[in-house]
Amino acid sequence: MRRRLAPYALILPGGLWLAIFFVVPMVVMLSFSLMQGDVVNGFSLTWHWQNYSEALSDYDDQLIRSLVYGVIATAACIVLAYPVAYWIAFRGGARKTTFLFLLLLPFFVSFVLRTFSWKFLLADDGIVLSPLKHAGLLPQDFHVIATGFAVVAGLTYNYLPFMVLPIYVALERVDPKMIEAAQDLYASPAQAFARVVFPLSLPGVFAGVLMTFVPVSADYVNATVLGGTNNTMIGNIIQNLYLVNNDYPQAAALSFTLMAILLIGIFLYARALGTEDVLEVATR
Amino acid sequence: MNTNPALLRGMTGRRDALRLFGLAGAGLGLAACGVKGQKAAPPKQNDVQKYWAGKTKKGHLNFANWTLYIDKNRTPLKEFTRQTGITVTYREVISDDPQWFGKIAPQLQAGQSIGYDLMVVTNGLEFTKLVELGYLVPLDHSQMPNFTKNVGAAYKQESFDKGNVYSVPYATGLTGIAYDPSKTGREITSIQDLWDPKFKGKVGMMSDVQEIGNFGMFAVGIDPEKSTPDDWKKAGAKLQEQKDKGIVRKYYENDYIDALSRGDVWLTMAWSGDIFQQNLNEGSNLKFVIPKEGATIWTDNMMIPKTADNPVDALMMMDFFYRPEIAANLAEFINYVTPVPAAKDVIAADAAKATGSKKKTLESVASSPLVFPTDADYARLRHYRSLTPAEEKDYTAVFQHITAG
Repeated sequence: MRRRLAPYALILPGGLWLAIFFVVPMVVMLSFSLMQGDVVNGFSLTWHWQNYSEALSDYDDQLIRSLVYGVIATAACIVLAYPVAYWIAFRGGARKTTFLFLLLLPFFVSFVLRTFSWKFLLADDGIVLSPLKHAGLLPQDFHVIATGFAVVAGLTYNYLPFMVLPIYVALERVDPKMIEAAQDLYASPAQAFARVVFPLSLPGVFAGVLMTFVPVSADYVNATVLGGTNNTMIGNIIQNLYLVNNDYPQAAALSFTLMAILLIGIFLYARALGTEDVLEVATR
Repeated sequence: MNTNPALLRGMTGRRDALRLFGLAGAGLGLAACGVKGQKAAPPKQNDVQKYWAGKTKKGHLNFANWTLYIDKNRTPLKEFTRQTGITVTYREVISDDPQWFGKIAPQLQAGQSIGYDLMVVTNGLEFTKLVELGYLVPLDHSQMPNFTKNVGAAYKQESFDKGNVYSVPYATGLTGIAYDPSKTGREITSIQDLWDPKFKGKVGMMSDVQEIGNFGMFAVGIDPEKSTPDDWKKAGAKLQEQKDKGIVRKYYENDYIDALSRGDVWLTMAWSGDIFQQNLNEGSNLKFVIPKEGATIWTDNMMIPKTADNPVDALMMMDFFYRPEIAANLAEFINYVTPVPAAKDVIAADAAKATGSKKKTLESVASSPLVFPTDADYARLRHYRSLTPAEEKDYTAVFQHITAG
């Protein structure tokens, strides 16, 4: 009897945690997304599906922008992270843990604070741009902050470690003997990389994309701090609808729309690349 | 957001919890009852007595306020503690009315403490909501002798809270234009300067819909206090043009001050006292003007949330700010309009006693139109338009479309 119950007892704490803090709020939000009303007179469930169509037509610009920023930042993360992960995995030697620790070191500082420091660093008359302007290398009205570039750069910077770590894990597991074997069979180093190492590391890239693209697309801090008048992301809109307008139905509808888009996107992506490898990476 | 209590009760049952695991539809059924609003009736005289009966001083209070809204040494609070024995935890947690309301509303609706006994909220949409939802404590004027004696007559008749049922003013200020003359290279006098293509990418506007809406209306020659939905659209089009031409750098909350002092913007919509304090604290040379088309005047009000743990201490603190010497001390540092006219004499007397640069600062405060506006200034100042919930939706839709980017 006891043995039969043991697995359930093990799953109970985590299951309850998820039920209370994930499932219940999700259901509540789902019902909110179909309500009508305002904060003073109350909201009532009227199955108002128009919340979805209104949210989509009002904020399609920001939705598309968020996904575009998400794709660019994720791609930039792959390009930047892969060489770092490769270097640590194959050339890190005895210091691997030190390098990984250094990679995670910025996380000990609040990420809002780190993003704010960009604002000072790259201010129009700040320590980076001011000398360049004086030297005549940049036009006087050049600025980085309050541009889409700044937002994407901030996103890339903040989420880079989430890309490096899974790629590193995948590369770590590549047996160096495989590379030797490839070279014994007359593969050039480039061929060995392209045909042996890179395919073996793809599950890591896949996991990294999941871990960066989803939070990046929903991020609102970078757009708030580094953005200008036309760089608002969908996360900002949702936050604004909840906290400023107290328009809970539309905010909930928009949240679910974003979630649906991300889930569908990831599902298609997983089908294209093969899901088994991903699960393998995730369960390592 | 707090949900209907019936919903939460439903979820404590094991069967319902299990159902939720499998069937979201069942959960939807539970949630189907909706979420009630709590529109409250105005308080009657005995509500005041009922609330305050049996409430006693606790010896401590938590005070939520805006940044740059008291001197660095917190002199009035120290003086308050010295005289009453009540300790004060002072936190600068409010940077924007809507966000503050969004943060505290769920707790107030659930009847939970928000962690503060005294808070400062501007007259405007959120103030109206707080009153309508019954989230504020009706004040017992019999316990506020200094307020009764010293408050300026105009402050008892403010349209948003006639007779100070729920609130008393902390300070009043103006929304005008601040600029850095070394960058703009010329004096700024008009709202139209905010539309000047010469300042492309160097103009700051506020993200608050009421603030930016008012300036859009001034720009097209409309008095915001008397505006109609058509006027809002005209103002919206004007603001859209400013954005499309790339003139606006960003729509700011109160972080416009940093952007201005860093040089990211050269001229920006601004609150009067902030600029004075920034100059005082950082030695900067920023200027503040009331544009010739007009500017808005608003009042930040002290109030007690209905779930406050230490309401008596909070009420004593409110009243304490109405002693002329305390009001003077506050005005000297924050440089906003004080609701206590008698403070002017105190500041003048302080100036007479002081020496050197301190004397100069105090003299400038006593004669500053930003602390004691003249009648001519008042003629150019406009109040926020009050909006019904239906109007608010239209109004917000027009202007948020611009600030949302």
